[in-house]
Parts: sequence; structure tokens; C-alpha cells
Amino acid sequence: MVKAKINSQEVEVAEGTTILEAAEKFHVKIPKLCHNDDLEPWAACGICVVKNGKSPKLLRACCTPLEEGMNIITTDAELVQTRKTVIELILSTHPDDCLACPRNQECELQRLAAEFGIRDQPFPKRLRNLPVDDSTGAIVLNPEKCIRCGRCVKVCQEMQDVWAIEFLGRGEKTRIAPAGDVKLGEGPCIRCGQCAAHCPVGAIYENDQTTEVWEALMKTGEGERTCVVQIAPAVRVALGEAFGLKPGTNVTKKIYAALRRLGFDMVFDTNFAADLTIMEEGTEFVRRFTAAGVGAPLPLITTCCPAWVDYLEKYWPDMIPNFSTAKSPQQMMGAMIKTYWAAQAKVDPAKIFSVAIMPCTAKKFENSRNETMYSSGHKDVDITLTTRELARMIKQAGIDLVNLPDENADSPMGPYTGAGVIFGATGGVMEAALRTAYTLVTGEELKEVAFTSVRSMTGIKEAQINMKGTIIRVAVAHQMGNIETVLRQVVEARAAGKETPWHFIEVMACRGGCIGGGGQPYGCTDEVRKLRIRGIYDEDDVSTYRCSHHNPYIKKIYTEFLEKPGSHKAHGLLHTHYVARPIYMK
Amino acid sequence: MENKEAGFSPELTAFILEWKDKPGNLIMLLHRIQEEYGFIPRSAAETLARMIDLPLAKIYGVVTFYHFFKTSKPGKNRIAICLGTACYLKGSQDLIDEARDLLNIEGDEVTDDGLFSIDAVRCIGCCGLAPVLQVGNEVFGKVQKDQIAEIIAKFRT
Repeated sequence: MVKAKINSQEVEVAEGTTILEAAEKFHVKIPKLCHNDDLEPWAACGICVVKNGKSPKLLRACCTPLEEGMNIITTDAELVQTRKTVIELILSTHPDDCLACPRNQECELQRLAAEFGIRDQPFPKRLRNLPVDDSTGAIVLNPEKCIRCGRCVKVCQEMQDVWAIEFLGRGEKTRIAPAGDVKLGEGPCIRCGQCAAHCPVGAIYENDQTTEVWEALMKTGEGERTCVVQIAPAVRVALGEAFGLKPGTNVTKKIYAALRRLGFDMVFDTNFAADLTIMEEGTEFVRRFTAAGVGAPLPLITTCCPAWVDYLEKYWPDMIPNFSTAKSPQQMMGAMIKTYWAAQAKVDPAKIFSVAIMPCTAKKFENSRNETMYSSGHKDVDITLTTRELARMIKQAGIDLVNLPDENADSPMGPYTGAGVIFGATGGVMEAALRTAYTLVTGEELKEVAFTSVRSMTGIKEAQINMKGTIIRVAVAHQMGNIETVLRQVVEARAAGKETPWHFIEVMACRGGCIGGGGQPYGCTDEVRKLRIRGIYDEDDVSTYRCSHHNPYIKKIYTEFLEKPGSHKAHGLLHTHYVARPIYMK
Repeated sequence: MENKEAGFSPELTAFILEWKDKPGNLIMLLHRIQEEYGFIPRSAAETLARMIDLPLAKIYGVVTFYHFFKTSKPGKNRIAICLGTACYLKGSQDLIDEARDLLNIEGDEVTDDGLFSIDAVRCIGCCGLAPVLQVGNEVFGKVQKDQIAEIIAKFRT
């Protein structure tokens, strides 16, 4: 332990604790900008400077360990002035168009400028005229707004191991860009949006498509369009944050109400489609696992995460045969809306405008990923909006989300099971699949449905499930940078002619799973992730049905329409395929 | 290891393989590639990335950080004009401006005939001769603005 003083207060912290961490522990606020709880500190911005006793030297609190006997001063007139100068210098290369910025009122630089009472800008503006890169269709890079804090680069390289962006050039000319002068959409970017979720300013953000949705909603009144919407599992435990609620607050029924007030004709729930995914993927797994699937490769790897799909196609194309062919819940719901529901409701699918609300920026890319995303004969999901975009629409409409009455989703694709809702958290897809696989393998129902060994925030989780003597080995990885370890073991076992280390692998590109998605409300930390995950499992705990195959509406859709899981019809509508793609297209 | 795309020479390939696993090898390898091509072609960077198992982004981060490395082909004759303290005080900025005017190029551009490009460099180690200009391996000391045309003409043939 280390004993020291912070602003005259005696503190004692573990060795290696930084000054910033120690201060926060004792409720002393030190302003910061480049620092982010998900990342190791790297002292890029210089806002967090503090003093040690009478030494004139300024220390960066974020990356200086507190040492025995230090007498840290976190604020005085000189420090305030120094920090203010740092902000003024940053502002000298930052455009002043806050009013029309995607981060207006959610910008960390704007907030600092407000806190420090910046009124004039003493340094001449040196704006950099760099082109906006919107080539991915999912996220937009506007390098002019970049303050070069480096968070996006660290997220992309260290957390995600994607390396889509890097600092290019040096000094004043440093910019964030893909290697080799390609556009983001032509390089390794998997559109996970973690760069956007971590950017403190408006330099990387989701491709905002709310205008297109408003246009479609305008046409519903005139009978030209029927607007149908679905919301993903992870959205319900995060949207509330944009309206002042605690992370993890489950606002599912208020979201349904809000979507109706925005003008949507039908409100469905992606959780229903998650149940459908389990029926298809669970069946696929059991088929591969049992004798019926001799020759079909194991492990089976989940494919609900489009950023992961993109990553695998680029980095691990040899593993494509291991990918589940089941589409993601978003795309299954899209296909069902324009076929099953359209026929039932006697609506021309050509007139249906299908919107998906997702925690994810990569879902914007997924909805036109290949021709199977048009399985209904139309684009199955017309537009994907992120949680942040939905929050924006609700605010634009002046809807008081928190005080809306609770409403239910529409039948037949609204009701869902606990297995459907846990899709939003790391381990959730695996757990949901195991609940149904157990029944498929043993012919019996589970007494205790919770598989807690696949929960938690550990980057790679392993478990062995005993299904009445049949052992199923599973692995769950989240945060893209963690997946290589898992796949390498699979590949090595295969090369050595050994049995696969696991039969079933779940992968989610974002830390914590979809609840930590790149399209979720800003300010996501592990604390927030845990609360969101809690919100999801709390709902599962109290669900009437907790296994996908128990959902009466799932049974109904197979009886009325899809015949049985894995049927020819189900394959045409609910399954897809993958193709090896170069990391750099140019 | 196949290097078809970049068409690395056997010597270059051997050099890369020799340095492949040594820490801090990247700068050394980039120097060697630039020696071979005169710059770092994109295809060479990609091949190198594969050979030493490093993301292309990392290589570009380094290549664009150091002014020495070029990502586009320089002129056949690289005119290096020193902007170090002594040369600068002796008016080397005027030499750069004059050379750019005469050749009608800016920044890293190359003349249309591919013969010339201009690099503003830091000290080249002969401050006593300031201002200094170097073309290839030939050094010109105490250069006056009106000598530039003559020096360019010498290398045009």
C-alpha cells in the first residue's frame, strides 16, 4: 500500500494506483479528456495535470502512479489556467459548429469548454480541410473534428485487434485514417462502431438515418407505406440512459409505446426472432453434433454478430464451414415481416418499410450484406437505426419516454422468451441455445435453465455441459481482440488431428456483448455494461417462458408457415452463406 | 514465403527473413525496402506485413511518421536542400523556393518527366558549407540562389 496526500487529505491506495484513480476513489475530480476506463492511459491530452508539493513540474495524473509521501495538489489557480490553455489549444484546431454536430450536448470537449468557461479563443484557428469518409455506410469519420486523443485507434487496435485505423503523419499533420490511403469501407474495418462509441467528440459517429425513417413514416399516413419496426434485446436496457434513467433500466414497454407514437404501424420484438434463431441454430448444432451430421464441421460458431461475420470473412476464411448458416435475429425478423406477416395481414410486401432498432452500427451493413438479405423478394430490413438514433427521434418528437404508459408489442412476432432477451449479453446466445439443445439432445426439459458458467465479463469463458451423459464443450468470447486465442486453439487441434477443444463457440465483437454495442448510448464502462447485463438477466428471471422452443408463437410460426426448423422453406428465408474477402479491397 | 506481388528480390527476401523475428526490426526493414525501390510501394508494404505478421496500419503509421520514408516514387534525382539552423539562416528556404519555381513542383511532387523531386531535409552534417544542397550523392556548398538553374541543368542530361 502507498500512503500519500491528495489536496491535504490522507489517502492509502494499492501500489501502482495512478494519481487519477486514487483521486477518483476519494471523490476528488480531476478533469480528463483522452482517458477512458476501457483503455490503458497514454497521456495524450494533458488536461489531467496535477502538482506534487512545491515541485514546479506538472504530472499527468492519468499515467503517474501515486508514490509514498506524495503531496498531490489537483487544483489551484495555475492548474486551472494550464488546463484552460490546453482546451484553448485543442479548440484552435476544432471547428465551432457545435449546433450542427452529431455530438451536440454529448461531446466531452464541449462539456469541458463549458466547465472551464471558455468565452474567447486566443489562438488563431488552424482548421484542417480533410474529407469526410462515409464509405462504410455504418460509421462516418470526419477527421476535421478529430482532436487526436487516440481513443479510436487504441480501441480498434488493442481492444478489437482490427487495425482499421492508425495515426498517419506526425505533429500538426497527424490524422486518423486507414493505412495506404484507402477508405474505411475498403479496408479491415468491421463496422463494430467501438471507435464511435469511444470518440469523445464528433469525429467518428454512426451514419444517422433518422431522416430516411421520418420520410417513410410520413408516407404511412397516406397509406403508401406500412412501417414495421423491431427492437433488439440490448436496446431496452440502455435507451433509458438517454432519458436520465440508470443504466440497465428495462424500458421495453415504454419503447413499444414510443414507437407507436412515432408513427410505426406494427411494433415487433427482435427477441421473438432471437427465439427463432435458436430454433434454427440449435437444430443446426444438434444436427452437426449427432450422427445425423457426420462430416459437418465442429465447432459450430455463432453468426448473430455482423461485425464478427465481417471479421471472420476477412481474417479467418478457412473457418467459414464452421459458421452457423442461421441468419441473425434482425434478418430473420426482416424476412418474416415481409413474408409471414405480410401474407397474414394482407399487406403488399413492396409497401412495407421495415426498420430495426439495434445497439449496433454493423447491423446497418448487415441488412444489405449479400443477396440472402433480400430473401422476401424485397430488402428484408430497409433501415437499421442505432439506440442513439432512436433516442434522437424520440427527443425530436417531444415524447416523454419515462412517463409513457406501458404497452405491449404486436402479435404474432412480439411475445418472446427469456432465452430471446439474453441474446443481448455475452454468453446469452450460447445459454439460449443450450436451453433448447438440451431438449433436442435428451428429449427432456431442463429443470434449471440458467447456465451461469457462460455469463460474466471474462473475455473468454469455457464450460462443459453434461446433457445426460453427453458432454458438450462450449466457449464464449466477446471483444474482438479476444477471439484469436480461441480460434487458434481450434485450428491447432485440427492441424494436429486432435478432437476440437469445443463443440460450440459464441462470439460477439463488442465488450460485454450487444449491450456494449457501438450504437449504444455514450459513456459505456464496465460498470454500465454490468448494469445493462443485470437488466437483461432480471427480465429472463421473471419470464413465463425461458426456452425458445416454449414460445407459443414460435410453435405457431412453424405450424402455420415454416414447417419445421431447418426445413427447405426455413433455409430459403432464415439462412445465409459466407465468402472469403480480402482485408484490403484496394 | 511467396512474394509474387511485390516481386521482392532474393536478397531483399533473405534480408527480411533474417530480421523477421528481431525486435525493433521494422525501421531497418523499411530502410532496406526504400533502398531497393526508392520509396515504399503499397504492394511492398503489404508483402512485408504478411512476411513479418504485422498489420498494414502499423507499417503505415511508421512510414508516415518518418519524413525519410516516401509512399510515392520520388524523382530520379532527389534534390535535398538542408533546412537545418545554419543553412536556414544562410537563406536555404530561398533555395527551396527557387528550385520549386524552376521545376514547377510543390511539396513531394515529382516533375512530369520524372527527373526531379525536392526534399527539405534537416542537417546533413556540413554546416560549414551552409547553405547546402545535395543531389544524389553529390554535395553543393555555399549555394547561391542563381546557381540552382545550373545545378538542375547538370542533372537534366
